[in-house]
Amino acid sequence: MADEVILLDAHYSMFGMRVRLALAEKGIEYEYREENLANKSPLLLEMNPVHKKIPVLIHNKKPICESLIIVQYIDEVWKDKSPLLPSDPYQRAQARFWADFIDKKMYESGGKIWKTKGEEKEAGKKEFIENIKLLEGVLGEKPYFGGEEFGYLDVALITFYSWFYAYETVGEFSIEQHCPKLIEWGKRCMERESVSKSLADPHKVYDFVLMLRKKYGVE
Amino acid sequence: MAEVKLIGAWFSPFSRRVEMALKLKGVEYEYIEEDLSNKSPLLLKYNPIHKKVPVLLHNGKPIAESSIIIEYIDETWEGPSILPKDPYERAMARFWVKFIDEKCTVPMWKACSSPGEEGEKAKEEAAQLLKFVEEEIKDKKFFGGDNIGLVDISANFIGYWFGIIQELMGVELLTKEKYPNLCEWIDGYINHSFVKDNLPPKDKMTEVFKAFTQPGYSGYKPKV
Repeated sequence: MADEVILLDAHYSMFGMRVRLALAEKGIEYEYREENLANKSPLLLEMNPVHKKIPVLIHNKKPICESLIIVQYIDEVWKDKSPLLPSDPYQRAQARFWADFIDKKMYESGGKIWKTKGEEKEAGKKEFIENIKLLEGVLGEKPYFGGEEFGYLDVALITFYSWFYAYETVGEFSIEQHCPKLIEWGKRCMERESVSKSLADPHKVYDFVLMLRKKYGVE
Repeated sequence: MAEVKLIGAWFSPFSRRVEMALKLKGVEYEYIEEDLSNKSPLLLKYNPIHKKVPVLLHNGKPIAESSIIIEYIDETWEGPSILPKDPYERAMARFWVKFIDEKCTVPMWKACSSPGEEGEKAKEEAAQLLKFVEEEIKDKKFFGGDNIGLVDISANFIGYWFGIIQELMGVELLTKEKYPNLCEWIDGYINHSFVKDNLPPKDKMTEVFKAFTQPGYSGYKPKV
């Protein structure tokens, strides 16, 4: 019996992109359903009653929520192809740590850049640059965060890469200037078909951010 | 030289849950108590990013963040499984740990420690969120099924710490009337032969919480 895989998502969500990317890496066929977050579907509310957020993966009618939890689930179920998490427990713990860092720190600091103005925006910018510098340090000389192979932490961060242009333009700074190696890594990842087809176009992300800024009255 | 060290704080639920995981696996470890009001060079060296406890050191290599440490322990040592084996059950366990830690704990704490309207709002928020947890534990002895698992170990703030704070501050949030299943789980949990040996003494915890709420207290206080 074939697997039924449905993804409830929103095109510009960096969290949703992670799941699209993991599914693409594993070559899994699925049905993509775009959610209108201003008017959430009954299915979304039924499948994620706790958070009412995307992404939600529905595998044979059973929902899994939270992007990093979904990516780990995908990796564990479809374990015979393109492993995402490292096989060594210590390396796995490090990958999980930095993915958690991205969610706890980078999302917030990046958000401050486009959601706020004045001092708060500048503080967000400073923090964001500190965060990505740390991540560039973690990458070191490796081609990917996963080492020779594209892996879990690459999936966790590369989707933010699609938002870099928006952060830079709104924030008036250059990420490449601070983290050239990270940008090199981003471009390397974009050469993978799974990545280029899963990420939103950075210019469209920027337009989307401008629309939101207008909507929320941020000048 | 000990192969396994744990930098922790005796009153921290995050630290205690890692100790429970180590003990469940029968791992021998050296415990290092950290004075959080005066953080040691050791802590700052091994957790420069967050500067928090607990930190596990295994053969000199650090792992931080309690949920990540617990998964590492489960993967590294033999013994009773902490996480379920089935990928879907594992995803659910991770989901509930994240929900409890990242969403429930702060409003529960604020319901007891924030004055006036802020406290009231936090209480309402916590009340709503706990309903989900109540629903999840319905029909189950433990979150892990017949035996304690990842969620039970990680829900120790709800299971033990919170009861002490709410009693001290005279807040009625987690009551038998409103959360019969959750309260039944709490009874089973704190009386579980393994768990009860790994909880800090109630009188000492009460003293610690009393200190946190004293005006003019300048020692370590959890950032909420």
